[in-house]
Amino acid sequence: MYVYDKHDQQLLNERVAQFRWQMERYLAGKIGEDEFLPLRLQNGIYVQRYAPMLRVAVPYGALNATQLRALAQVARDYDKGYAHFSTRQNVQFNWPALEDCPQILADLAEVQMHAVQTSGNCIRNTTTDEYAGVIAEEITDPRPYCEIIRQWSTFHPEFAYLPRKFKIAVNAVPGADRAAIQVHDIGVNIIRNDQGELGYRILVGGGLGRTPIIGTEIRSFLAEEDLLTYLEAVIRVYNQFGRRDNKYKARIKILVKALGVERMQELVEAEWQRIRHSDSRLTREELERVAAHFTAPDYTPLTDEPQELVSARAANPAFARWLGRNVRQHKQAGYAVVTLTLKQKGTAPGDVTAEQMDSVATLADRYSFGELRSTHQQNLVLADVEQRELFNLWQEAKALGLATPTLGLLTDMICCPGGDFCALANAKSIPVAEAIQVRFDDLDYLHDLGEIDLNISGCMNACGHHHVGNIGVLGVDKKGEEFYQISLGGSCGGEHSEEASLGKILGPSFARDQMPDVIARILDFYVAQRSDGESFLEAYRRLGHTPFKEAVYGKAD
Amino acid sequence: MAKLIKQGALQDTDPWSTDTDGYRLVTLEQWQNERDAVLAELSAGRTGLLLDSHETADLIGDDSRHFPLIAVNFPKFADGRGYSAARLLRERHGYQGELRAVGDVLIDQLFYMKRCGFDAFALREDQDSSDALQALSTFSVTYQADVGEPRPLFRRR
Ligand code: SF4
Repeated sequence: MYVYDKHDQQLLNERVAQFRWQMERYLAGKIGEDEFLPLRLQNGIYVQRYAPMLRVAVPYGALNATQLRALAQVARDYDKGYAHFSTRQNVQFNWPALEDCPQILADLAEVQMHAVQTSGNCIRNTTTDEYAGVIAEEITDPRPYCEIIRQWSTFHPEFAYLPRKFKIAVNAVPGADRAAIQVHDIGVNIIRNDQGELGYRILVGGGLGRTPIIGTEIRSFLAEEDLLTYLEAVIRVYNQFGRRDNKYKARIKILVKALGVERMQELVEAEWQRIRHSDSRLTREELERVAAHFTAPDYTPLTDEPQELVSARAANPAFARWLGRNVRQHKQAGYAVVTLTLKQKGTAPGDVTAEQMDSVATLADRYSFGELRSTHQQNLVLADVEQRELFNLWQEAKALGLATPTLGLLTDMICCPGGDFCALANAKSIPVAEAIQVRFDDLDYLHDLGEIDLNISGCMNACGHHHVGNIGVLGVDKKGEEFYQISLGGSCGGEHSEEASLGKILGPSFARDQMPDVIARILDFYVAQRSDGESFLEAYRRLGHTPFKEAVYGKAD
Repeated sequence: MAKLIKQGALQDTDPWSTDTDGYRLVTLEQWQNERDAVLAELSAGRTGLLLDSHETADLIGDDSRHFPLIAVNFPKFADGRGYSAARLLRERHGYQGELRAVGDVLIDQLFYMKRCGFDAFALREDQDSSDALQALSTFSVTYQADVGEPRPLFRRR
């Protein structure tokens, strides 16, 4: 993973000092509330329903064991002993005191972590595939490009006060969309052109929120060295012409829609032609310097399917089930990619305790070269585990409650913090997730259902990505009461298809206690109608919306 | 007069902030409508241009070079269009005169403004000028190219 040099560390230390000074001036009444707002946001601090929330960046999901221990320490020292992994691969603390935040950031800076631009109207944490670098399907490892984007976007002097937040995601697997790039402000797809040269296909104007839109291609091929100048051109156009009069119409997707993608493309091209040969053009040396941080660890020469694994699998069905679900093929023989699911029954999706974090850090040290990743499905990944150690790892993970064998299944839900924590919420989301986990806890049934994305957001801001859930749940407010609207058929593309789709609303919303029954009706209908091996999404796409609607609401006359 | 920081120091006097001696700012619209008249008075060096936040740099373009001063207005500090305007005036249109941030100009944005090419800052009335001077040197490392340093860090590492 990327290791800071003296420049990176110096910059971060200066940031810590800057924010400490800003906090002092704020507490002394020298900075007004409105003026402090973007300063704290760009240092990851929201003021939530009950307390401030601190969102720490995990750049493109990459963490090491030392950093995870530091996060556990923050949870103990400044919070209530736990943390929450978000759908942007970041970590959130829900209970720090505002005055403590500068010291928390100073503590984190010692392990090369920060909360820079995790909120606010600026360029946010770039996200990518949590399996980057360890799966054979990728064209190249996307992480060096994410790091290059991270450095370029960090304290970019021109783009700290954009019309609205700006999110970039990078995918490097052909025929798949492993980072939901189609629902980002800019989606970067790493590709090879007909000449075999590495470059990017660029999408623009995707997004969820109030106006969900699938991104459109703005450039079919961009050469490898041109990444930053092109991003700069897109965002410069957006900074100048994006709407600032209405925050709900301020994202780049609205600008792209208003101008039309052809006009947007003209403006961006014109801008880019004038800067593409500037010194901001990436150099071979820089690409290589950054890529050198992401070389493969020191793998032991091993073979697939070692005896330890084969016999443990044969002897232990629960282990076999976990292997089938939560463990993935590695590109290196004898190794495997393991997902530790943060979806234990009885805890909110993405929540981990300080003890669990410490234990996972130990697991990472013991089994996976001291590194791990966070995922946008709110899980953790140990990416380089020897297959002969899988049984040992499973036993330890199981004892920690991190081996629920449900990766990608119904109860591996994505869920935003919702009304329990978030001031913007229309409704709580965690209790809905919990009710569904309790109702559908039969592993045989879950495995029989197969892969289903169920995503829950507590309001239209869609932090729980409900539009791209195969089943999406959205909290709505009806005359002061909390209700839930269901949509079906959404997908962010994912492993098997590069085609994203937005869910379609099923009908009138439901009260919270009705939700498990309603989900059950949808699932029963799918099970009754599916043909052999057909996933929920495939069945929905084949059967269409109406039959599902009728299964839930009865037939309209 | 508003607190003015120019070339890294607090100024006691500023001809532009008084209406005397013929110093005045014209709006972009005035420039466009009365171009010849404005050009005629420019030789005295006392006519500046005021660019509002919705007016992009290309609307004045290379004509910017006629002016000894361009003031870019920040109606709200969170309106970030002025950063692009400044950068484009400097980097694209070769503007060398004084580039002054006016309006809702606050301490905690000065460092970014400076990097985008502003060399004068008319602080909002309530801002502490010694804090402002301190803010101008917040960071000693920057990743990106900017007006003062055309090479991004990766060409300087
Ligand atoms: S979707 Fe709404 S309720 Fe949920 S975290 Fe985002 S803003 Fe809060």
